[in-house]
Amino acid sequence: MAIFLNENSKIIVQGITGAEGTKHTQRMLKSGANVVGGVNARKAGQELDFTEFKRDAVLTVYGTVAEAMEKTGANVSVVFVPPKFTKDAVIEAVDAGIELLVVITEGIPVHDTAEFWAYAQSNGNKTRIVGPNCPGVISPGKSNAGIIPADITAAGPIGLVSKSGTLTYQMMYELRDIGFSTCVGIGGDPVIGTTHIDALEAFEADPDTKAIVMIGEIGGDAEERAAAYIKENVTKPVVGYIAGFTAPEGKTMGHAGAIVSGSSGTAAAKAEALEAAGVKVGKTPSATAQLMREVIQGI
Amino acid sequence: MDLMEYQAKDLFAKHGVPVLPGSVAETSEQARRTAEEIGGQVVVKAQVKTGGRGKAGGVKLAENPAESEEKAEAILGMDIKGHTVHRVLVTQASDIAEEYYVSYLLDRANRTFLAMASVEGGVEIEQLAVERPEALAKIPVDPLAGVDAAKAAEIADAAGFGADVRDQVIDVLQTLWTVFTSEDATLVEVNPLVKTPDGKIVALDGKVSLDENAEFRQEDHAAFEDKAAADPLEARAKEKNLNYVKLDGEVGIIGNGAGLVMSTLDVVAYAGEDFGGVKPANFLDIGGGASAEVMANGLEIILSDPAVKSVFVNVFGGITACDAVANGIVHAFDLLEKRGDDVSKPLVVRLDGNNADEGRRILSEFAASAADGVIEQVDTMDGAARRAAELAAAK
Repeated sequence: MAIFLNENSKIIVQGITGAEGTKHTQRMLKSGANVVGGVNARKAGQELDFTEFKRDAVLTVYGTVAEAMEKTGANVSVVFVPPKFTKDAVIEAVDAGIELLVVITEGIPVHDTAEFWAYAQSNGNKTRIVGPNCPGVISPGKSNAGIIPADITAAGPIGLVSKSGTLTYQMMYELRDIGFSTCVGIGGDPVIGTTHIDALEAFEADPDTKAIVMIGEIGGDAEERAAAYIKENVTKPVVGYIAGFTAPEGKTMGHAGAIVSGSSGTAAAKAEALEAAGVKVGKTPSATAQLMREVIQGI
Repeated sequence: MDLMEYQAKDLFAKHGVPVLPGSVAETSEQARRTAEEIGGQVVVKAQVKTGGRGKAGGVKLAENPAESEEKAEAILGMDIKGHTVHRVLVTQASDIAEEYYVSYLLDRANRTFLAMASVEGGVEIEQLAVERPEALAKIPVDPLAGVDAAKAAEIADAAGFGADVRDQVIDVLQTLWTVFTSEDATLVEVNPLVKTPDGKIVALDGKVSLDENAEFRQEDHAAFEDKAAADPLEARAKEKNLNYVKLDGEVGIIGNGAGLVMSTLDVVAYAGEDFGGVKPANFLDIGGGASAEVMANGLEIILSDPAVKSVFVNVFGGITACDAVANGIVHAFDLLEKRGDDVSKPLVVRLDGNNADEGRRILSEFAASAADGVIEQVDTMDGAARRAAELAAAK
């Protein structure tokens, strides 16, 4: 098993003809993911040759997500369309009833995200949205939806959920000898679909996941709420890392959501809340990986 | 981006939120002329992005144009909590019968918008929320439904506005919602919203934060940027589309990915504790791609910061493998030398991830042949941070 994404996942790419969409479709195929088609209303009917990256991978561009799902049986979509079109792309995928929607696009106005999130909720919340502004989801050896490099790690018993892309890669690489069930990059925007808590809940229920790494950063109170959730609901060992202890108040640190305002959103408060919930919190990414190594050796 | 009061009020006026006549002045002479145009008593208000202006002496009443000039003279150039006053707002004075509070903001935790309103305005709202939470109505607003007359009435009634002002407040709540959505704001706040002795409702002070991600459809928002107040290095970095924040330490930082760079700042600060308290000099995220040109632009900004004594380049080769990153650093040095930039500050590089061995080999070769010993490589992030802190302290 794994969470959200497995060997049966069939992936389409919204924005497959753009530079990023094409590049990462190649990478996904090369890593063994089952990408079955793409969507672009203006280029519907085109056949794209990806055989250099996977045998027999000639992918059709469909006009709509609904059509792509009908023709290919896809249940996952990865969104690479530019920010100004992302809201419509998400709403289209939600309307089509896709199971998992991974929104890679960075720089989406938060009003648009709030609107498509409200739309997904009002439609019965049947689509799991990951992101926006996230690296995606990978279940090593099974499937890969997004831009996470597949060749830096291996399959194994650790579940990982993180706001940050490169810190995810760093952790995957440091623990590559142990390996991961699924790594979920939830993104650093102020409003996101899947949260730390959603991933923790899924990892707790996944028999292949034995321990969980949770990576957070300054801004908002998602980590504090995840700590409260862990205390009540998670029996598997959790190791945590928080970035941004030295970030000054009022300065946005790269991610739109990473800002300390007043006394809220500080890294110290988040680390404290996690520790109070029994989570071992590492001082640096490497120290955190070492904590996880000890946890796995103890199981 | 946080706006100043006069900018917020310009947006209020544009969308029909009632404000008093007034205009911004950068000289005392301008302040006098504005007072002449308005006529009668005026208030001269320091324009800085911080609270407590009144207490600091940055808000003064003037009886006539001459006094307006005098007060502006005193306020311009004043330092309020580290912010220098470059502008004053000269606005019609108003008597106040009642002070209220209204705002709309992004509610991150609930992934929706929130309206807040109180009939006890004019105070610090954070303080009111703690001391008398029952006096502050909080009503969630569905981003799809927005605020119509019925929703505005729900907000006004939850806060307990009296019948004498209810209709006017409902109007203000609807126009303020237009400001919030059509300007892509993450916060619009009126504090205080006042009732004048003759029963009119006016926004006396305002705060607006705009979403920078929306700049592609809010072209006029760029004009709100206070270029004079921005740090010169931050301004240059912005011109080059670099994600850079100036900090007050000595170790220049370049990395790829916001989370990794934030983490790098922390690790350098921890290491610095053992070396006389040296700290990171900046945040700079060159993104997942890390091309040679972006690396060169980033290095150029950091090396030109006189506070920087050593530089830590912390790159994880994921999407871009380490050999490509190493070639990027080599090309960056070539570019900088061709531009005539000084590249003599010590550089500690940590490369890890895809093709790390090849990347390290390329850099070692370059360091030995061309870079005159300014480049050192350390394989771990913690070890490299330590070395960069040590080098900064030794300078």
